[in-house]
Amino acid sequence: MDWKLDDHRPIWLQLAEQLARRIITGVYPPGSKLPPVRELAAEAGVNPNTMQRALAQLEQEGLAKADRTAGRLVTQDTAVMEAVRRREAETVIQQYYTAMTALGYTRKQAAALVKEEFL
Amino acid sequence: MSNFLIECRGLYKTYGLRPALSGVDLAVGPGRIVGLLGPNGSGKTTLIKLLCGLLRPTAGWLAVDGEAIGPYTKSVVSYLPDRMYFADWMRATDLFDLFRDFYADFDYEKAFAMCRSLGVEPHDRLKTMSKGTKEKVQLVLVMARTAKLYLLDEPIAGVDPAARDFILRTILTNYNEEGTVLISTHLISDVEKVLDEAIFLKQGKIMLHQTVDAIRAKENKSVDALFREIFQAGPMFDEEEGF
Repeated sequence: MDWKLDDHRPIWLQLAEQLARRIITGVYPPGSKLPPVRELAAEAGVNPNTMQRALAQLEQEGLAKADRTAGRLVTQDTAVMEAVRRREAETVIQQYYTAMTALGYTRKQAAALVKEEFL
Repeated sequence: MSNFLIECRGLYKTYGLRPALSGVDLAVGPGRIVGLLGPNGSGKTTLIKLLCGLLRPTAGWLAVDGEAIGPYTKSVVSYLPDRMYFADWMRATDLFDLFRDFYADFDYEKAFAMCRSLGVEPHDRLKTMSKGTKEKVQLVLVMARTAKLYLLDEPIAGVDPAARDFILRTILTNYNEEGTVLISTHLISDVEKVLDEAIFLKQGKIMLHQTVDAIRAKENKSVDALFREIFQAGPMFDEEEGF
């Protein structure tokens, strides 16, 4: 999985989002050890301090926690993971509505079209 | 003792009547990767040469690791010049020997390993190497030291874009973690991701010194885009030249 960084937002924020996505999609499974900062930074081609800040953000969200001996571990708290997954889903849905509105559909029509797809 | 690795106050440097730096105040802490950004002739190389002791300031004060520029600061500064200064009959390994003699913190094994990972054959003579390859050798020499301050003057200008990423990664994975790296360049989009802080130099003055993330958060644009905006080549308003 590649790191994608755009030009408009702080880099640490984008790294934090992509790390979160890796966690909720199981790239880093619950309870597993996250790679060290330096390794992640080298992989993404970014400054270690920036990656550190992204990881601190994950800790704050409860997706990872620092362990004195094992480095940094992915959470096993399914409720936290579910909440983040839900937040991500919300973003995807909003993007869908935005795109559909641009095409001239109302939100209602857009929702109906999704339903139709599944019937 | 201050906590800053680099400190400058009211720094001036003039070449004859021509000002190169006009009142630079700067403080940079340890463990940072800092971009020194500015158009040609903005004073980037002059500032770096002052920090490594190749030039003396016309006025003002500067310190590296809390000390005035001298033998101590030179022992903790690893400097990559903007041009080659090696005899071309030498092999990379000759240079490694030379550096080992000169600098106690030079890691011979590491230099060899870095050559391998950069695809440079250390036993080749410099005159058989391309410009890009020579630059890689030069970078290896500088990064194989465990210095407190790395001063890199245009480290990626001569290599192709693919090699640039590789070189930046080499810098990222090899610098001493308590050390600070100061990179001067005008290839901003290439280095932006690896920087903590950016310094914009314009006509010998610092016009901006901020963390990259703070710039992006505030301006909603990349440092590269901001740079282009600030230094946009406008109509010619040259400094008055002898009437």
